[in-house]
Amino acid sequence: MNIVACVKQVPDTEAQIKVKPDGSGIDEGGIKWVMNPYDEFGVEEALKMKEKFGGDVTIVCVGPARAMETIRTALAMGADKGIHISDPALENADAYTTASALAAAIKGVPYDVILCGQRAIDDDSGQVGSVLAELLGIPQVTVVTKVDVDGQKVKVVRPIEGAQLVIESALPAVITATKGLNEPRYASLPGIMKAKKKPVDVKDAAALGVSADAKAKVGKFIPPPARPPGKIICADDTPEGKAAEVAKLLREEAKVI
Amino acid sequence: MAKGVWIVAEHRDGALRKVSFELASTARKLADQTGDEVAAVVVGSGVEAMAAELGKYGVDKVFVADNAAFEPYTTDAHAAAVAKAVKDNDPAILLVGASAQGKDLAAALVGKLAAGLATDCTDVKIEDGKLVAVRPMYAGKCFGEVVFNAAPAMASLRPNVFPIVETAKAGAVVKFDAGVDAGALKTKVVEVQKEASGKIDVAEANIIVSGGRGMKGPEGYGILEELAGVLGAAVGASRAAVDAGWRPQSDQVGQTGKVVSPNLYIACGISGAIQHLAGMSSSKYIVAINKDNEAPIFAKADYGVVDDLFKVVPALTTECKKLMA
Ligand SMILES: Cc1cc2nc3c(=O)[nH]c(=O)nc-3n(C[C@H](O)[C@H](O)[C@H](O)COP(=O)(O)OP(=O)(O)OC[C@H]3O[C@@H](n4cnc5c(N)ncnc54)[C@H](O)[C@@H]3O)c2cc1C
Ligand SMILES: Cc1cc2nc3c(=O)[nH]c(=O)nc-3n(C[C@H](O)[C@H](O)[C@H](O)COP(=O)(O)OP(=O)(O)OC[C@H]3O[C@@H](n4cnc5c(N)ncnc54)[C@H](O)[C@@H]3O)c2cc1C
Repeated sequence: MNIVACVKQVPDTEAQIKVKPDGSGIDEGGIKWVMNPYDEFGVEEALKMKEKFGGDVTIVCVGPARAMETIRTALAMGADKGIHISDPALENADAYTTASALAAAIKGVPYDVILCGQRAIDDDSGQVGSVLAELLGIPQVTVVTKVDVDGQKVKVVRPIEGAQLVIESALPAVITATKGLNEPRYASLPGIMKAKKKPVDVKDAAALGVSADAKAKVGKFIPPPARPPGKIICADDTPEGKAAEVAKLLREEAKVI
Repeated sequence: MAKGVWIVAEHRDGALRKVSFELASTARKLADQTGDEVAAVVVGSGVEAMAAELGKYGVDKVFVADNAAFEPYTTDAHAAAVAKAVKDNDPAILLVGASAQGKDLAAALVGKLAAGLATDCTDVKIEDGKLVAVRPMYAGKCFGEVVFNAAPAMASLRPNVFPIVETAKAGAVVKFDAGVDAGALKTKVVEVQKEASGKIDVAEANIIVSGGRGMKGPEGYGILEELAGVLGAAVGASRAAVDAGWRPQSDQVGQTGKVVSPNLYIACGISGAIQHLAGMSSSKYIVAINKDNEAPIFAKADYGVVDDLFKVVPALTTECKKLMA
């Protein structure tokens, strides 16, 4: 079975995000870059499938030169090879453009399953996996916590508000991973050594025939509104007194209960 | 030229979901500024009666695709049907709910329509006759104003943020044939496992009572369930509580859980790590109950209580019961 896992490099979750004064973007200074946490679940699931059914795991990533590090991390976890789509023209790519680039690269490799994260934690848009499936003309099952491959079919569990759906899909398909799917492994030291020698193909937009025209773009970045300083409730200094004071404020001042 | 403001109405178990009314009301507001009509798409089986209900919230026209193959929802069937209606009518704006189903549908439509989509928006407005969508990025650490270069301009709206406004319009039903061949569908829902009835999802709740490692164990959540019961709230959790197996994954709030913006968020025994704050700091009001007065959660709280939560929470339940009686 051949598996493709798409990975994006994103700022670490600890990162303090500062908007540039002119609102044109994010100040990238001091940011530590890591593999999107949801993509770790995707890579882990890909490796599990490989262990069970055999085959190859190919990592595909659109990103600047620094994103190579994230591809190497996935290779160190156990993936076999990588495709790095790197092109300054794709710097302002939207989900459609990113998915077009991924689709063009993936068409050149054999695949039965494509794994993505359910969303990238920087842009939070949760679109690329779905768009990729549409562009490849294959089915998709998104935001899943369980995957069982059985021959030419896959059965997944997808939590929605107040319920879990069990969905069956034909293969090949795009599956997007969410937390709860598995526990991603760490790269071992030998894994890291081996990863350095694994093949990574670097491609640009022209080689893939992808146009960089974005359908949507962030016109302006805005820092979140500052929250006014809150109050510490002292009341009569007993838990009961403080609770009574909070309840009163929620009712009379905030008017939310 | 693309024209009109459209919504995709969401329904479950034979009724429209609340987010559909939020979408309709918002679409009406935008259409009044652009001087356009509001149309809704309803895809399902036996949905014509509920389609007419949308007229109350400002919808002029409702496109209905009625077919047994549309129940229950699958991405391939619904995305194909909505894409057909959009391609045939060329709307300028398309709004979808940022619910589990709406997000799934909207992303597939981006692929089918070669469109741009702003996900999980907290505000939408018209500037120079065009849609501008405001959405949190980096889990709320900053916001982006999204502009569009393709039609339809698509936005999914975060549930519970946009007000519901009644405006009587015709809500005239127009049936259309989506041309979906049930036999060609590649995905199928084989089972629906419902959670305990009455459970409110954190992503849709007006009020969330949330507990972290300070709850000490799964039993600790009993007092949060009681407070939540009185307030009609959902119970949320920090990742520490979820990873410890005390609470289900679906309850996790934060950068790798759900990003929420209820009217009221009550954080109990949660320290306020940056990944947790990212998921809830756009809540309208925040109450923090923590025995450590240095906990970072207090920097975000409107009302902070420094004390033992096992004493404060039950007392708060009693007080709320009294006030709300
Ligand atoms: C600082 C900054 C500025 C930006 N500016 C713009 C802008 O001006 N205009 C604009 O339209 N967009 C902009 N974006 C958005 C971003 O560049 C694209 O939308 C992005 O590549 C699409 O991914 P997503 O974050 O929406 O991914 P999602 O759809 O949330 O990701 C889902 C999954 O898809 C896969 N995936 C996503 N991206 C990649 C990738 N690059 N390589 C491999 N797999 C991937 C991963 O498996 C991921 O888990 C900006 C983003 C950032 C961080
Ligand atoms: C990649 C990544 C993603 C992450 N994503 C998320 C996420 O989505 N959501 C999330 O929540 N976290 C996330 N985290 C984890 C985060 O960093 C914190 O570890 C976690 O939020 C801590 O949970 P907590 O506040 O419940 O626990 P702690 O930090 O241990 O805090 C417990 C608090 O309870 C208080 N307390 C204890 N006993 C009492 C008592 N009797 N009365 C009152 N107060 C009491 C303590 O003073 C303390 O402040 C992520 C981390 C990483 C690395």
